[in-house]
Amino acid sequence: MLAKLSHLDRLEAESIHIFREVAATFAKPVMLYSVGKDSSVLMHLAMKAFYPAKPPFPFLHVDTTWKFREMIAFRDEMARKLGFDLLVHINQDGVRDGIGPFTHGSNTHTHVMKTVALRQALDKYGFDAAFGGARRDEEKSRAKERIFSFRNASHVWDPKNQRPEMWNIYNTRVAPGESIRVFPLSNWTEADIWQYILRENIPIVPLYFAKQRPVVERDGMLILKDDDRMELRPGETVENRMVRFRTLGCYPLTGAIESDAADLESIVGETLAAATSERQGRAIDRDEAGSMEKKKREGYF
Amino acid sequence: MRHLKADALVGTVIDPLDAADQTRKSLLRFLTCGSVDDGKSTLIGRLLSDTRQIFEDQLAALERDSRRHGTTGEEVDFALLVDGLEAEREQGITIDVAYRFFATPRRKFIVADTPGHEQYTRNMATGASTSDLAIVLIDARQGVLRQTRRHSIIASLLGIRHIVLAINKIDLVGFDAGVYGRIAEDYSAFARGLGFASVTPIPISARYGDNVSQRSDNTPWYSGPTLLEHLETVDVDGASAERPFRFPVQYVNRPNLDFRGFAGTVASGSIAAGDEVVVAKSGQKSRVRRIVTAGGDLRRAVEGQAVTLLLEDEVEVSRGNLLAAPSARPDVADQFAATVVWFDEQAMLPGRSYILRTATDQASATVTELKHRLDVNSLEHQPARSLAMNEVGEVKIALQAPITFDSFSANRATGAFILIDRITNATAGAGMILHPLRRADNIHWQSLDVTRKSRAAAKNQQPAALWLTGLSGSGKSTVANLLEKKLHAAGRHTYILDGDNVRHGLNRDLGFTEADRVENIRRVAEVAKLMVDAGLMVIVSFISPFRAERDMARRLFEDGEFAEIFVDTPIEECTRRDSKGLYAKALAGEIKNFTGIDSPYEAPERPEIHLKTVGRAPEDLVEEIERWLDRRDQAGQQFDDGAGI
Repeated sequence: MLAKLSHLDRLEAESIHIFREVAATFAKPVMLYSVGKDSSVLMHLAMKAFYPAKPPFPFLHVDTTWKFREMIAFRDEMARKLGFDLLVHINQDGVRDGIGPFTHGSNTHTHVMKTVALRQALDKYGFDAAFGGARRDEEKSRAKERIFSFRNASHVWDPKNQRPEMWNIYNTRVAPGESIRVFPLSNWTEADIWQYILRENIPIVPLYFAKQRPVVERDGMLILKDDDRMELRPGETVENRMVRFRTLGCYPLTGAIESDAADLESIVGETLAAATSERQGRAIDRDEAGSMEKKKREGYF
Repeated sequence: MRHLKADALVGTVIDPLDAADQTRKSLLRFLTCGSVDDGKSTLIGRLLSDTRQIFEDQLAALERDSRRHGTTGEEVDFALLVDGLEAEREQGITIDVAYRFFATPRRKFIVADTPGHEQYTRNMATGASTSDLAIVLIDARQGVLRQTRRHSIIASLLGIRHIVLAINKIDLVGFDAGVYGRIAEDYSAFARGLGFASVTPIPISARYGDNVSQRSDNTPWYSGPTLLEHLETVDVDGASAERPFRFPVQYVNRPNLDFRGFAGTVASGSIAAGDEVVVAKSGQKSRVRRIVTAGGDLRRAVEGQAVTLLLEDEVEVSRGNLLAAPSARPDVADQFAATVVWFDEQAMLPGRSYILRTATDQASATVTELKHRLDVNSLEHQPARSLAMNEVGEVKIALQAPITFDSFSANRATGAFILIDRITNATAGAGMILHPLRRADNIHWQSLDVTRKSRAAAKNQQPAALWLTGLSGSGKSTVANLLEKKLHAAGRHTYILDGDNVRHGLNRDLGFTEADRVENIRRVAEVAKLMVDAGLMVIVSFISPFRAERDMARRLFEDGEFAEIFVDTPIEECTRRDSKGLYAKALAGEIKNFTGIDSPYEAPERPEIHLKTVGRAPEDLVEEIERWLDRRDQAGQQFDDGAGI
């Protein structure tokens, strides 16, 4: 009798299969690299899928200019170390108009600097397939999204008109201008991600580990004061607290959690015992019910 | 306690200190099927909550939503937790397949949550395709219903071999052992022919949690496992390790001249370094030199592993081919019988061409015969000419090139395919291969000494298929007639295939349904091809309303041989002319399926020649076609001269 594969072995194999399928059937794929833990896992799987060759596609980071500084440093170090082709895109119109989360709110900021920026980048390079790290356990509308998720020429997702996805036979056909968003981590959960990072010893941004950091309590979230663009409101103070992040995005929109978990084992332990979902730390999901579905229809990842 | 129901958590709490051990769970993918009132969403919500997958913030959102859309009064409505799309929450139904996740210390579960209505058969098929087990929910008050049978039949067709019969709402029948026993018996009697390896009936109350994760005190007469215990321990792999080795090649990895690796996922069986393999399509044999992964070479790879194989010899292998065990080879054929589930709003029509996709291969496919439609409620065979959305049928399929496959019952991974619409690229259907078909008496293509080129040269012309398409009464016959007269006068060898005339002979057996129209065009296109082969200039004058069939005709010819000519006359003008009196009859309802009235006309998008007829004389229109032919002949001449240098 042969050794049975574990759930992580099976998830890994499924993701590798998806990576290879895209490389074999699309003219110009790209991997969206957002520097977070899911992107770290995605990158690790991409390296595995094509070993000993390098992944046959570039990595694209859509930089909102409001990412944690440690994320940018980590990104550049990974690109140097692994030698992948890194493209960075910033929405210059948004920079010119001074769009930011403090001045324009999370909705406008995310739309202009993330959703529109992503569409600009995809159009600029003419990519016909884009890998993303989204998981189905993150949010209700994602639970229904396909692994190969079709986008029309305006990058719009139509949740009521998705291609049925049978077995592991993916329909990769698109007309010129249309594209597919591909989610190799669809069937992974947050716990799987952490267990896999632990098992494979995958490098992640140090912000995930607990450390004394300067934070401000605002609207029920602990915001890391990452640079001088964050101005204190009356009554607010910067405190040094032992915190870490469960998810990473733009620093003004990402809440820290108080934690002592300073190594991977304790992070995995905390995750498995967690009482709140990880997206709770994200301001953009709470605006209204179904808000993620709306953003996704507009082209958000 | 911060979670939903403290009492439900006993036995499933995860010890954070076991974090590292958590990497050794097994994985089970299963499907839940049942209709709105069976309590399917409640059961999934219960499983998620009992295994602590519902977080505080999600629960808060759920309580908010329950007050707004819920159907359970003051209680939390679990259904709202799993109905993700806005339209579903508003309408209170599950439309699409959703995937849920939960885990216990022993297993991780991926749940395909699928709708139960008959009009969502395709969604259920989608969820079933990746599942190894199905939970069939039954309302204990109702027993085995039509929908129970339908769900079980679909699960069986899609290759699911393990069924959990969740007899729900057992509380509402007073926890009666007799009710449970009767339903379990009814179901086994029905399911006998469906090929299930195991059927496990469990009495549960999804709402109150009886026998879901905790043994219920209310059913002392039940000695079997709880639902969760069963899901944690059921063995769905069976004898999979003993099945023959199959490795569909997905991607050829060639980073340098010394490394030519065949990347793919082991579809069945296992392979070790040194084992002999055969390339399915060519029959070439070689041995496995290395099994490469990023974590180091493996001695052996098993079903489900994604690896890269290096072979001893330089054999010709590319994506779409398959490496197999030499002692048990797969079929290689260009015709087979299959069961098809149809997804698309455009019905499946015999004669129409689709793109067929298997695990890694692709070929142009035509459904040559629809043997019968399958009633998914009773397994009864019904005669049919087409398959509408959500219908299931048995078909024969012919391919332009052979593919390699097993029967679906022997191997789900190498016996499955999807059909893609050539024009919209929609995933139009999915199929399970039954068996290969051999052409009668091995008819091979005869190669002949007199070639098409020499036949054309003897007539001193470049053959052509001039395909006139347009509404009835648009002027096709007039144009065709005049064109032939002029070509004939110029010494060309011509023939007209006219829609009405052909229906008196060759196509006498065909009517005007969509399926018959497709077959009508297929035959005419094939005849036109023979005539072009014979060196003729053939003018085809057919309404030919569907883009797909005109494209199919186009693909039969070589570049420059085929011209789609759109005889473009507005329907108002055709109705006004009504030279045969047909529009009057169609408008009065005396003729059915009349193009432009109650049957669609799909105008060409990029015809070679677009003839707008209004206000123009037939001579003028014909000259436009002649000019196109002149240009083509000149271009062909240059090409021929160039090729001769």
